[in-house]
Amino acid sequence: MERRTVFGGWLLPMLLVLPQLLLTGFFFYWPAGQAVWSSLTIQDAFGEGVVFVGLDNFTELLSDPLYRDSVVRTIVFCLTVSALAMGLALALAVFADKEIRGKGAYRTLLIWPYAIAPAMSAVLFLFILDPRVGLIGRRLNQFGIDWDYHLNGGQAMLMVVLASAWKQVSYNFIFFLAGLQSIPRAVTEAARMDGAKTWHRFRTITFPLLAPTTFFLLVVNVVYAAFDTFGTINALTHGGPGKDTETLVLKVFRDGVINQDIGSSSAQSVILMLGVIAITAVQFRFMGKKVTE
Amino acid sequence: MKRRALLAGYAALAAAPYAAARAAERTKIVWWHAMTAALAEQVNRLVDEFNKSQDAVEVQAIFKGGYADTMNAAIAASRAGQAPHLVQVFEVGTGTMINAPGKFVKQVWELSKETGIALDPKNYIGAVRGYYSLPDGRMASMPFNSSTSVMWYSKDAFKKAGLDPEKPPVTWADVVKAAQAIKAKDAAEIPCTSAWFSWIQVEQFSALHNLPFASKADGFEGLDAELQFNSKAHVKHLDRLLAMAKDGAFKYTGRDNTPSQLLVSGKVGIHFDSSGSRGDLVKSAKFEWGEALLPYDAEVIKSPLNSIIGGASLWTMTGPDRKPAEYKAVAQFLAFIGKPENDAYWHQHTGYVPVTLAGFELSKKQGFYTQNLGADLPAQQLTRGSVTPNSKGLRLGRLVEIRNIVYEEVEKAFQGGQTGKQALDNAVTRGDKVLRDFQKSIKA
Repeated sequence: MERRTVFGGWLLPMLLVLPQLLLTGFFFYWPAGQAVWSSLTIQDAFGEGVVFVGLDNFTELLSDPLYRDSVVRTIVFCLTVSALAMGLALALAVFADKEIRGKGAYRTLLIWPYAIAPAMSAVLFLFILDPRVGLIGRRLNQFGIDWDYHLNGGQAMLMVVLASAWKQVSYNFIFFLAGLQSIPRAVTEAARMDGAKTWHRFRTITFPLLAPTTFFLLVVNVVYAAFDTFGTINALTHGGPGKDTETLVLKVFRDGVINQDIGSSSAQSVILMLGVIAITAVQFRFMGKKVTE
Repeated sequence: MKRRALLAGYAALAAAPYAAARAAERTKIVWWHAMTAALAEQVNRLVDEFNKSQDAVEVQAIFKGGYADTMNAAIAASRAGQAPHLVQVFEVGTGTMINAPGKFVKQVWELSKETGIALDPKNYIGAVRGYYSLPDGRMASMPFNSSTSVMWYSKDAFKKAGLDPEKPPVTWADVVKAAQAIKAKDAAEIPCTSAWFSWIQVEQFSALHNLPFASKADGFEGLDAELQFNSKAHVKHLDRLLAMAKDGAFKYTGRDNTPSQLLVSGKVGIHFDSSGSRGDLVKSAKFEWGEALLPYDAEVIKSPLNSIIGGASLWTMTGPDRKPAEYKAVAQFLAFIGKPENDAYWHQHTGYVPVTLAGFELSKKQGFYTQNLGADLPAQQLTRGSVTPNSKGLRLGRLVEIRNIVYEEVEKAFQGGQTGKQALDNAVTRGDKVLRDFQKSIKA
């Protein structure tokens, strides 16, 4: 049964949604509008001489091979981080969902990394992986493996992927665990009675039933990898060596905050914003279907 | 993209002190700085001393985060008409600040003229003042905390390698030999490395050897300057380091100050870093270290010029309702900082070089250098010879980005992806584009 409250007139409903509208307007539409406007201009740091240049900033960006490299790098980075963070979290969640001793403590511990600030997690990884002072990094070099992420782009990428994925495992874990717990026992037990082995059960029952969770997490992880990894990457590698770990959001920061190149930086923000809008739209379509079905 | 939204916040923050200023009789001025830990204590001490020394002006020092944050906060506040009276800006931000529209910044010469308070450029060390002056010698900002770069070396490693620990290498040829000896005897984990690679191995190298880093007197004479650090001598220097890296005599260990931790831990034989590393070495190094002048290439120059500075200077900001009394207060405070006793105290307690000639002389007289052997070496290096257009400093917009580009290209070369010449050529091409963008934004 559906219950619906109908308001008469416009005034009351407008008043009720006004706080939300104000918040959204003030904290989202206004700055976003500013970004769009700035992306169409060239201006000095102090904002004195603002010249409208149309889409120049965009054409310049898109014709810059370094920027295109950065786009590809970001996509690869996002997908790798998401796959790694979700894969690990799913495995851990499947194990934590079993009846094991001390699972309360085990689950709690797994959630901890989420509370660590990105810069701190970067420092932790430095302690471990720095080629000269790190716990493992040093060993690697002592054993004759040439580990030096200051110079080796592949190793640097590996490190930022690990550090970024590690931080997101907890978050994914919580959702996967909740997802697993919401799968009716009766279904899996029926499969067990039919003689399905563990892996088979997981593949044909558990995983499909987790699909909504997985899809939601995929979106969240991609967005996380694209934006929230800034602190980690900036503290670990500053985007180097070369540009080997420079993702789009790092470039926005570098151009906007360090170089005061407001026009180009805003154009990059707008491109990122479009990316997020696209991802969110896809998510809403798919998730919307799931909900109505 | 959130710049404008942040303005409101900055405005509120900046407005608080002004409200208080109206209540008190003393003229209050606000100073935003970027000094942390022991350095912040020295800033506060300086401010306290000034506030105690007279009763017309009260300075309030506010920590605003790192250099880039502080500068951005000041720019954002300016845009909102709420700039602090004084702001500490790092040397690479000089290009942006000096090109700031006149209604946002009051340059030192202008301040001195308007308030009648003498702030004489002649009192300041040439290589320091030059960095912050207009081409005709008028000072734009007030020198404050300046450092330069020097060569640090481990006397332990030198002994182990059979080198004379009291005779540090003087030329680059000596450095190569010493590093190879250290490598051969395995006297240090890293025979030779450099912090601040762009600053020391490219910018300082240019100054020392009287080579232009950029045209138009390193940018002092026009926004249309073009980078020139891909000359034969520059390429030769990078090739030398690349060749050393191939033999394991040199190691590239990261950007900016990332390599500095290696110096303090005693893993490096010969290390290039800021003169400001002294404090950390005195406090934490468990090995015998030495300090030496930056080496030079004897085939390029017979006697090297002065090195250039790093660090920051103080800029006087303006605002819509700022009164003459406030500017006067700022000028008084700047004059106070430049007094020999204050400059000497600051120098001796922070590890920065003295910025005034009198402060340097006073430190000598006080016997600071006999108690701290070698502590006068950075100042010596800055004051030797006479400053040329190539050793005055750099006046380039977005210099931080140019440094980043140098890092990126040099890293590619150390990875073996390109030659030294390709690296510097690419860095120059990419850097020139950054300069042209900056030029466009200023003309806008």
